[in-house]
Amino acid sequence: MSSVFDVLSAICLLLGASLSLAAGIGVLRFPDVLSRQHAASKPQVLGLLLILVGVGLRLRTGLDVTTLVLVAVFQMTTAPVAAHMVGRAAYRSRRVSRENLVVDELGDRLKQLEADHDDRGEPQEPRTGA
Amino acid sequence: MTVVLWIAAGMLSVAGLLALVRIARGPSSLDRVVALDVLLSCLIAGIGLEAAYNEHGLTLPVLAVLALLGFVGAVTVARFGADSESDDEPEPLVRDEEIGR
Repeated sequence: MSSVFDVLSAICLLLGASLSLAAGIGVLRFPDVLSRQHAASKPQVLGLLLILVGVGLRLRTGLDVTTLVLVAVFQMTTAPVAAHMVGRAAYRSRRVSRENLVVDELGDRLKQLEADHDDRGEPQEPRTGA
Repeated sequence: MTVVLWIAAGMLSVAGLLALVRIARGPSSLDRVVALDVLLSCLIAGIGLEAAYNEHGLTLPVLAVLALLGFVGAVTVARFGADSESDDEPEPLVRDEEIGR
């Protein structure tokens, strides 16, 4: 029985590590911040969960599994928030190459707002990028 | 089991090195913070791997600390550090108030 758990654990650990490797390659080779984020999010959620499941299957004690669940909860609540803020900062500081985007809903909305603003003929206020 | 763990450790090492190269190259601090997240994931995975290898749970609280550390770092850079080092002047975006209108 314990050998079954160990084999499952080894498979999980190997899969998690290979996702990390894929992320390392992607982060190095992809062209801009958003595509690098796409690569970087693989080990942050699925890779980490696989590693934690692997460790949990190997250790199999209540205390350790509780700690692992805590780590998973931390990571899964914080990773989307951090990714959102990094993506937002990238867009606002013009690190995103807009030609490469398939969908750019915020860009369309901004263009529309600019047009409305110009139509009303209000005096141009200084606009900040931050 | 041992062989698999060593292979996984090798993969994690290569991934961490690639992330380090990206941290060194940049070009912006946002690229660096994304690569730093990958490096932290590799670190968490590596510590987990060591715990699985030696079958002890002593280092598992470190994983929780590292998971939160990555979040704090990314949010801090994204919120406060991202536009301070822009060498080329970015063209302005529409302000927040206008989006809310």
